[in-house]
Amino acid sequence: MSTNTDATAYNEDVVKKFVLAAIFWGVVGFLAGDFIAWQLAFPALNLDLEWTTFGRLRPVHTSAVIFAFGGNILFCTSLYVVQRTCRASLFGGSGFGTFVFWSFQAMIVAAALTYVLGFSQGQEYAEPEWWVDLWLTVNWVCYLIIFAGTIMKRKEPHIYVANWFFFAMILTVAMLHLGNNLAVPAGFFGGDWMKSYNIFGGVQNAMTQWWYGHNAVGFFLTAGFLGIMYYFVPKRAERPVYSYRLSIVHFWALIFLYIWAGPHHLHYTALPDWAQTLGATFSVMLWMPSWGGMINGLMTLSGAWDKLRTDPVMRFLVSSVAFYGMSTFEGPMMSIKAVNSLSHYTDWTIGHVHSGALGWVAFVSFGALYYLVPKLWGRKEVYSLKLVGLHFWVATIGIVLYITAMWISGIMQGLMWRAYDNLGFLQYSFIETVEAMHPYYVIRATGGLLFVLGALIMVYNFIKTIKGDVAEEAMQPSTAGAR
Amino acid sequence: MSVFKHHAKIETNVFFLAVGILLTVIVGGLVEVVPLFTIESTIEKVDGVRPYSPLEQAGRDIYVREGCYNCHSQMIRPFKDEVERYGHYSLAAESKYDHPFQWSSKRTGPDLARVGGKYTNDWHTRHLINPRDVVPESIMPGYPHLMRPLDTSKIAGNMTALKVVGVPYTDEQIKNAVANLKEQASLEATADSAVVQAYPKAKVGDFDGNPQVVSEMDALVAYLQVLGTMVDFTTVDHTKIQR
Repeated sequence: MSTNTDATAYNEDVVKKFVLAAIFWGVVGFLAGDFIAWQLAFPALNLDLEWTTFGRLRPVHTSAVIFAFGGNILFCTSLYVVQRTCRASLFGGSGFGTFVFWSFQAMIVAAALTYVLGFSQGQEYAEPEWWVDLWLTVNWVCYLIIFAGTIMKRKEPHIYVANWFFFAMILTVAMLHLGNNLAVPAGFFGGDWMKSYNIFGGVQNAMTQWWYGHNAVGFFLTAGFLGIMYYFVPKRAERPVYSYRLSIVHFWALIFLYIWAGPHHLHYTALPDWAQTLGATFSVMLWMPSWGGMINGLMTLSGAWDKLRTDPVMRFLVSSVAFYGMSTFEGPMMSIKAVNSLSHYTDWTIGHVHSGALGWVAFVSFGALYYLVPKLWGRKEVYSLKLVGLHFWVATIGIVLYITAMWISGIMQGLMWRAYDNLGFLQYSFIETVEAMHPYYVIRATGGLLFVLGALIMVYNFIKTIKGDVAEEAMQPSTAGAR
Repeated sequence: MSVFKHHAKIETNVFFLAVGILLTVIVGGLVEVVPLFTIESTIEKVDGVRPYSPLEQAGRDIYVREGCYNCHSQMIRPFKDEVERYGHYSLAAESKYDHPFQWSSKRTGPDLARVGGKYTNDWHTRHLINPRDVVPESIMPGYPHLMRPLDTSKIAGNMTALKVVGVPYTDEQIKNAVANLKEQASLEATADSAVVQAYPKAKVGDFDGNPQVVSEMDALVAYLQVLGTMVDFTTVDHTKIQR
């Protein structure tokens, strides 16, 4: 279906490109993550080469999953949704969209290559050097122009709620990116052209970094993906959004509160106490709008709960919202200073991030992709819904292995660090606590492998779908509903 | 409720929506970031913290390049176990010349905020080449490539850029950057050498066991050996740094 009733021609070729890129980078990013997970279990995998050490590959993993996979997912879903909900084609047309597409992909490749070659700003999730940052800024401004321009062309009087979230994501990420990457390239002063120094240092740099870092989560991985939830859950469930008023409260409360939460990454550090306390307080408050959003998403299924049983795509979407609820409870809990004193610096944080990243971000993305691919390529449904179901379970088991392993290893290591023997000495040397992590690192990497496997099942399913194949099971009349 | 009725104005106009979003998201950052530059007690007044010597700064750049922060923190929290394991809790003043800060968020390996002076140069070199030679259970990658020569051609320019962002290097220090760098890594250097005059407490000597070449290893070890050693806590007025 490339046209609606008003015969507005949508620019679907651009959306298709972003869909394919998202699938590609998803697999790359998951593989990179699983590889570095195995490195922690078996350090020989670092290969004693400078380009393949954990320190250089971890940014490849984080950037690939957040910005390459997540970014392309946001591009494809937002540009699909904004056209449909505005009944307008993309501002700037196919040409502009295609330019942004290739520019964004090339920038991703540049970022990954520079990390591997040893060029890094040394700030988590903001590793790209200054010229890649400028390149991203250009892409992002173009994205803003396309998105806002399409909204301005709209034939609908109201801007649909999903677009508020996408729009807030675009604007806020721009603010964060510019604020955190204020760096002076050393080349201008006779230094290294591939090196820059942030204008902030020490404690101020720590605060701006986590103002940025936490809101990369809050806006890139949350607000943007809530936009996905607000379109694809109601669409797939064929029910309206549960509450319009809750959407309004959810939206403004979420974007207001999220920004304050950054200092919870700096508890008990040299950041002044007042800032830590503010960060913790707002993080706990953030629980409320987060669950408001979860309720709005889940309750949209009122009257359509049977779809959870019959439609594996719905299962991805609903589970993602459930995972969202879980990690947005865990997050505020971990931002309480007493809890954080144990969890900080440990794998618990890594587990928490992944329950959100795999369970929420990736699952809602998979749900959206399973909805989008057949729609965009003019198929009735994906090649095989059974394989979607298989993907769901393989990936879910992978996530459960991952996060339980990290809960155990994180809490265990935190407790071991602070354990005293009965003579009053620290009970464990640091290396003993590292040794104790080994089995959990193996379990985590196995869980990650299952997650990769699930993604590969999805890739196979999509190749078949795009080719136009239909699995045998789908040709039989469905018996699921008759039971 | 009327609030919801008025919301129609925002959700039918993309400019109102944009302004509303920007006003909403800007508040938290302003309140949390700006006072860090204006409240004087944010950075403690302690003696001893100085800009890194050219060799140490080159080592720090390597630390950043290799992504050491992905596994090592440089921020000791004020807990009994951490202070016993790593030393005095970290002060904001101790990282005031760190662009970027490297406090990190993960301890897959131990904290390095006060690793300076804890191990010998030889230990560090062997450990960095193959960690399992000295710590059999270690899961850290090996960095044998650090034995290559250090590129010293950009260090003065890099220091100039650091000066632009607020590190108080003098013109003299920048002019002597390469000379100071080479001197710090030479066997002839002593506590009276020019580099130690310019950068008090700088550790001097051949760090990597190969005095012929100033290697990346020399730079990284020199950096590690100065970490956490600049402030003499026996002379600090503890009422001024309490947290």
